[in-house]
Amino acid sequence: MMTAAAAAIAPALDARVIVDRANFRLDVSFTVAPGEVVALLGPNGAGKTTTLRAVAGLVHLSDGHVRLAGKTVDDPAHRVWTPIEHRNVGLVFQDYLLFPHLTALENVAFGPRSRGASRQRARELAATWLDRVALGHCAHQIPRQLSGGQAQRVALARALAVEPTLLLLDEPLAALDAGTRVNTRSELHRHLANHSGGTLLVTHDPLDALILADRLIVIEGGRIVQQGDAGTITAKPQTEYVARLVGLNLYRGEADGHTVGLDEGFKLTVSERCLGAVFVAFRPSAVALHRHAPEGSPRNAWEATVVGIQHHGDNLRVELGGPLHAAADVTPDAAVQLQLERGEQVWASVKAAEIRSYPVSEEALTP
Amino acid sequence: MTVAAAHEIKTGHSSPARKRRDLTVRRRTPLVTLLPALIGLAYLVLPLAGLVIRAPWATLPERLVAPEVLMALWLSVQTATIATIACLFLGVPLAWLLARSSFRGRQLVRALVTVPMVLPPVVGGVALLLVFGRRGIVGSWLDSAFRITLPFSTAAVVMAQVFVALPFLVIAVEGTLRGADTRYEEAASSLGASRWTTFRRVTLPLIAPGVAAGAVLSWARALGEFGATITFAGNFPGRTQTMPVAVYLALETDVDAAIVLSLVLLVVAVGILASLRERWLSSGATA
Repeated sequence: MMTAAAAAIAPALDARVIVDRANFRLDVSFTVAPGEVVALLGPNGAGKTTTLRAVAGLVHLSDGHVRLAGKTVDDPAHRVWTPIEHRNVGLVFQDYLLFPHLTALENVAFGPRSRGASRQRARELAATWLDRVALGHCAHQIPRQLSGGQAQRVALARALAVEPTLLLLDEPLAALDAGTRVNTRSELHRHLANHSGGTLLVTHDPLDALILADRLIVIEGGRIVQQGDAGTITAKPQTEYVARLVGLNLYRGEADGHTVGLDEGFKLTVSERCLGAVFVAFRPSAVALHRHAPEGSPRNAWEATVVGIQHHGDNLRVELGGPLHAAADVTPDAAVQLQLERGEQVWASVKAAEIRSYPVSEEALTP
Repeated sequence: MTVAAAHEIKTGHSSPARKRRDLTVRRRTPLVTLLPALIGLAYLVLPLAGLVIRAPWATLPERLVAPEVLMALWLSVQTATIATIACLFLGVPLAWLLARSSFRGRQLVRALVTVPMVLPPVVGGVALLLVFGRRGIVGSWLDSAFRITLPFSTAAVVMAQVFVALPFLVIAVEGTLRGADTRYEEAASSLGASRWTTFRRVTLPLIAPGVAAGAVLSWARALGEFGATITFAGNFPGRTQTMPVAVYLALETDVDAAIVLSLVLLVVAVGILASLRERWLSSGATA
């Protein structure tokens, strides 16, 4: 969603990344608008990280271009090349790479100091950023003394402290354990929403991509196979991989105990108790379709319209319209029995136990 | 999670694997290897023990403070320290060049750097004399242009020491640089740091332990330098007569003096080993 005014501003990133390797060719082109979060999603070896490193200036392009806020920083055909230190990008590595000999504060102050701020000013800025990621009390600890989640937040603060045109995140949550991950993810979501520059996020975790990003770009074998928002990609996967990976119905809503009122106006019953703003998600395979209103156990049932049907693997993915835009996976046999056709009315149901919920912000965690 | 585990190993956080006791069944060492091993060990230890046993312990304190001994010791410490500083200034950039840049003939340069390690030091001394001597290629120019004469001066002692010690520093630092994660440097550049700032504030602190170890090794090598020194700098008490040179000369006149000087060098060597114990002796074992 770009307003006319925003469209007039140059994108934070406009890239055509072509990198030739011995038996691999990466060729992707995409843009990231200021304030937009774009996720590069794909299997290992798809070229996600190479794309990110090429945009950052850590990998040379074979061809193509990289423009940051309208300024060409890499264009091999015209012999334009700007080294990373002059690109104004912020980089968060998978394992954070906090400088082990510097305190959290010195790590965050490193960027402003390198970009010409006085020692005093850099430290003030760093303190402000550490407060923003709620780590003011850890300012004088060295990275070894920080937990994984804390280190991740310091790495984020360090990257954001230089107010980058483009923030680059390489698997920012991959090194965290499952528990820390939920918190850190919601925290990251909040910071990305406040970041005025563009954000390019590389991940192989569809949940990270769906929750954190405004737009997804799926890369396979060095090519973009699909891009769009989460709903579109889930409902209309273009490849087998996308269908398997991004197969997740995801909604935002307000939780009140076991009930979540979705932004779409629909209410879902969930098995986990939570409060406040949450994401709720369920797999298309968890959606059961019926000819008539189901009786008994599944408490979440609604009448839907079949908007589209697609083959993927042995199954069919059914795109449903109605009160809830959702995707459902059914076997071909079931499809025949249900006489599924575009425009048909069906009943859809999901068991409460099949629905996972994730708090949008920290506050939502308190039960 | 494997990524988390890898991260943990890299950052050296508590790894349970290390604490686990090694339960591997150890097989007995065969006699055929045990015997030569013990002879070899004795061969290394006995001469040193002999040195300690034969030392004139009664007169040791006064011998230690004899002016010739103190003078040689002071000169050795001074020149070895200056040589080490020179090695740091020349060697760290050279190590950087070998570890981080790729240019044609890098392998050749690396081989050239290590030549002084295997070259008999006396040959190094002759070579230095031929280049920096009064009739040498560089020496004759220095002599005519600046009236500087290098051979048989304290400066020559330092030059001889740098010649033999520099490779030790370069090799130690290069190894550390190769082992260091270059992505820290990428992180620093992404934050806007110039290459010099990155080197000064990130790379150097990261490789500091390797640089320190290299410096200690160089210092030890410089302190023990004999062949190149006596060839290029000669033997003038107080000016070019370092400890090893003094030992050699004392052996002809006063054996006890030679023993005392040797004992001092032995103590220094053991001290150096102790300081490097963590890094060099416990290879693979827990630090």
